[in-house]
Amino acid sequence: MALKTWKELPIGCVVSEPGSASEYHTGSWRSQKPIWDNAKCIKCGICYVYCPEGCVQQTEDGFFQADLDYCKGCGICAHECWPRAIKMVEEE
Amino acid sequence: MGKRIGMEVAIAVAEALGLCDIDMAAVYPITPQSHIAEHLSDLVANGEIDAEFVTVESEHSAMSAVIGASGAGARAFTATSSQGLMLMHELLPIASAMRLPICMAIANRAVSGPLNILNDHTDIMPQRDSGWISLFVENGQEAIDMSIMAFKIAEHKDVMLPVNVNIDGFQLTHMVEPFEMPSKEEVYRFLPPFVPHATLHPAKPVTMGAFAMSDYFTEIMKAKDEALKNSKKVIADVLDEWGKMFGRNYKLVETYKSEDAEVIMLTMGSMGETAQMAIDDLRAKGVKAGLVKLRLWRPFPFVEIRAAVQHAKKLIVTDRAITFGGLGGPVFVEVKSALYSEKQRPLIYGYIYGLGGRDVPVGDFIGMFEKVLADTEHKAVDTYEFWGVRE
Repeated sequence: MALKTWKELPIGCVVSEPGSASEYHTGSWRSQKPIWDNAKCIKCGICYVYCPEGCVQQTEDGFFQADLDYCKGCGICAHECWPRAIKMVEEE
Repeated sequence: MGKRIGMEVAIAVAEALGLCDIDMAAVYPITPQSHIAEHLSDLVANGEIDAEFVTVESEHSAMSAVIGASGAGARAFTATSSQGLMLMHELLPIASAMRLPICMAIANRAVSGPLNILNDHTDIMPQRDSGWISLFVENGQEAIDMSIMAFKIAEHKDVMLPVNVNIDGFQLTHMVEPFEMPSKEEVYRFLPPFVPHATLHPAKPVTMGAFAMSDYFTEIMKAKDEALKNSKKVIADVLDEWGKMFGRNYKLVETYKSEDAEVIMLTMGSMGETAQMAIDDLRAKGVKAGLVKLRLWRPFPFVEIRAAVQHAKKLIVTDRAITFGGLGGPVFVEVKSALYSEKQRPLIYGYIYGLGGRDVPVGDFIGMFEKVLADTEHKAVDTYEFWGVRE
């Protein structure tokens, strides 16, 4: 998405397209990402419940993963995961 | 033409607002603004105007409420003073960034501390960089006229910015003066219905005041700065249109006997009328004195100020506020900046006066001229003085 110049901004920066915040990939703020060890995961879903961004998703086999377009790398999922199946690793 | 009446200025301002087809007002009472709030709420309660009067619990809420109402497409008004304006401060740049044409009357009063309820400009000056259009009035008639014109300026499609009209507290708000009050029909002809640039309506959902990070913040600030600067032309046009329709002509920068003056004084607000009497006295004594009155504070009329003062040998800039630790008063600083790049420019003297309601009679203005005229070694240049301070 090309960034607009100051002249191209709508007056008052009104956002006229509903739901367009999803185009803004806040995942770019992240410095660490969560990695699941499915051998330890018991599919309890606590990571899914606690994710403040709502970006932890359950896959068809019942395990979990983060949508990295929106995961800010806060680490709450890793902190809450009591079987310690989630590790935060540095982004390259 | 309108009716000639005698009335307290604050009441008359509320009466004038009653002619402007406002949709809502949210005003928290504070001395010396309260009479505007009280009379406006009377007009609404008595069914004389069809508007909502929202009784809020603070000025922060008042400004928040008018922001919401304006966003929904209402012609919204508020008024305040001093501490109330300070409490609104947080929201002022938001109103201008959202480009909401809210109008606000400010009954200028000194900011605490110490607590002081009387008039100066220390309340509006900390709001200078909020991105609002700031107008100053000199007398009651101007207060009425400018309160009506404010909506036309704010709501112009090329402006869409909030406007504050500065009316010196007590010295103007509590005076009983004769006015010419325009009729409702005249104001209706002058002021077209408000057409918002966007509205909060479920039929066409929009987001106002959204989050923006470093990738957009600079562009948004630039757009706001340009919008404010470009509003100057519209302000001048609206003043002209008012003059044609009502016969009272206003300029962004007013001059009085300044064309051939060697020493010019610059005032803003109600002090202009007293200063004008000093000019007449000085002229009668053969002193080539002149006066320049600044009506528009933001956007600052750089070109007009240069044209008005450039030819003088000496310029006295008066301020009713202090930029502590800086170069005296904010008007002084601004005027100096305006003249910095000019080859021909006067020596500039700064006087801070009339703080916390201190009386400044005609003799004090004459005293400032005499002091500046006597300064042959230009000792006072590049400095400023608290006029009349006890040493």
